[in-house]
Amino acid sequence: MRLTLPEQELMSSGHKGCQGCGGVMAMRYALKALGEDTIVVIPACCWTVLEGEFPYTSLRVPLLHTAFETAASASSGVRAALRVKGKDDVNVMAWAGDGGTFDIGMQALSGAVERNEDFIYVCYDNEGYMNTGIQRSSSTPYGAWTTTTPVDAFEKAHKKNMVDIMVSHDIPYAATASIAYPEDLIRKLNKAKSIEGAKFIHILAPCPSGWRCASNQTVKLARLAVETNVFPLYEVEHGKYTINRKPRKKPAKEYLSLQGRFRHISDEVAAEIQEQIDAGWEKLLKKEKDSME
Amino acid sequence: MDDEIKYKNVKELPPMTVSTGLMLVNKTGSWRSLRPIIDEDKCISCMICWKYCPEACIDIVDDKPVINLDYCKGCAICAEECPKEAIEMLEEGK
Ligand SMILES: Cc1ncc(C[n+]2csc(CCOP(=O)(O)OP(=O)(O)O)c2C)c(N)n1
Ligand code: SF4
Ligand code: SF4
Repeated sequence: MRLTLPEQELMSSGHKGCQGCGGVMAMRYALKALGEDTIVVIPACCWTVLEGEFPYTSLRVPLLHTAFETAASASSGVRAALRVKGKDDVNVMAWAGDGGTFDIGMQALSGAVERNEDFIYVCYDNEGYMNTGIQRSSSTPYGAWTTTTPVDAFEKAHKKNMVDIMVSHDIPYAATASIAYPEDLIRKLNKAKSIEGAKFIHILAPCPSGWRCASNQTVKLARLAVETNVFPLYEVEHGKYTINRKPRKKPAKEYLSLQGRFRHISDEVAAEIQEQIDAGWEKLLKKEKDSME
Repeated sequence: MDDEIKYKNVKELPPMTVSTGLMLVNKTGSWRSLRPIIDEDKCISCMICWKYCPEACIDIVDDKPVINLDYCKGCAICAEECPKEAIEMLEEGK
């Protein structure tokens, strides 16, 4: 028997995540990478709730709950306190959803990255405000149904590119990761741990409840997102892009058709989505090429 | 950290909202409508089920996966990801 991940479990069973939750898997892997000397900062999101209720917790590391928009500023405070106490061997990990990152937490995040605070900011991205009942966020992809973008007025805006926003802050390290590739995810968190300053990790975390898919499909969907180039795996070190996987790309339909939130889309919309994915991939290839020169 | 908390009265509670016990007290096995059964003859101990289980409830016992049904929510990710199709999901109560 050979394990490809560290055996230590810092996330306990008994948490209240939905069956098959991708966000839960993301946390399990992140803590396997960072280890015990980690303080986690969580703003309002699914994780606030599923983590457990007072006086219980499902994390075997310290966790600070904070207000929705404050993951990055609260983490900066935790780092400052550690500095005062002379503790420089503790990881500070902000852990927020896409609403708390792409939307309401953006200002605090931008400030913290500009100051180059020494912390790891992880966005577990389920592409909507899931905790409050599946409202759209600026991470919700084009074409998707949510409770605020019903099928006759489905999501028309494009998903923001958070990694690029971080790169334009000259962040030392930014990367995408996926729950379907935990070895890659853990490698990236280990790398983030070894770099001083601000780090941003964007993890695609499929949500059965909000994506309207079966609970056994979350790993498969996360894998298909990579294989269809919907969510490419790449990292950016001091502005230099490296694409970690260049799949022989599958048609986006394979990914879309497994999710109820895309059930309403016409062939034309599906074709539009495919075009957007192809264009995004070309752009990414160009960024990799340009940053190598 | 203790798994179980036993405060005798209000005065024994911590002075602020700090967590002092683990959610292991919350036996989520009752959520399950499908029960995973591992076929030991088909299992090759690759531990892919262990790797992907969102409940962290597949234990490693003598190099083999053993599912802790106190916590398994029956999501069926293990059955879906097992490369040997060694895990079958059976309806609970049947
Ligand atoms: C200032 C403020 N506005 C609204 C809320 C209500 N609220 C709590 S969690 C949440 C949604 C969080 O969405 P996201 O960050 O995407 O995380 P997810 O729930 O999807 O994991 C909202 C709107 C709040 N707690 N604070
Ligand atoms: S709603 Fe989605 S993200 Fe939230 S706990 Fe359930 S599966 Fe996870
Ligand atoms: S059914 Fe889901 S919760 Fe149960 S052991 Fe398999 S992966 Fe874990």
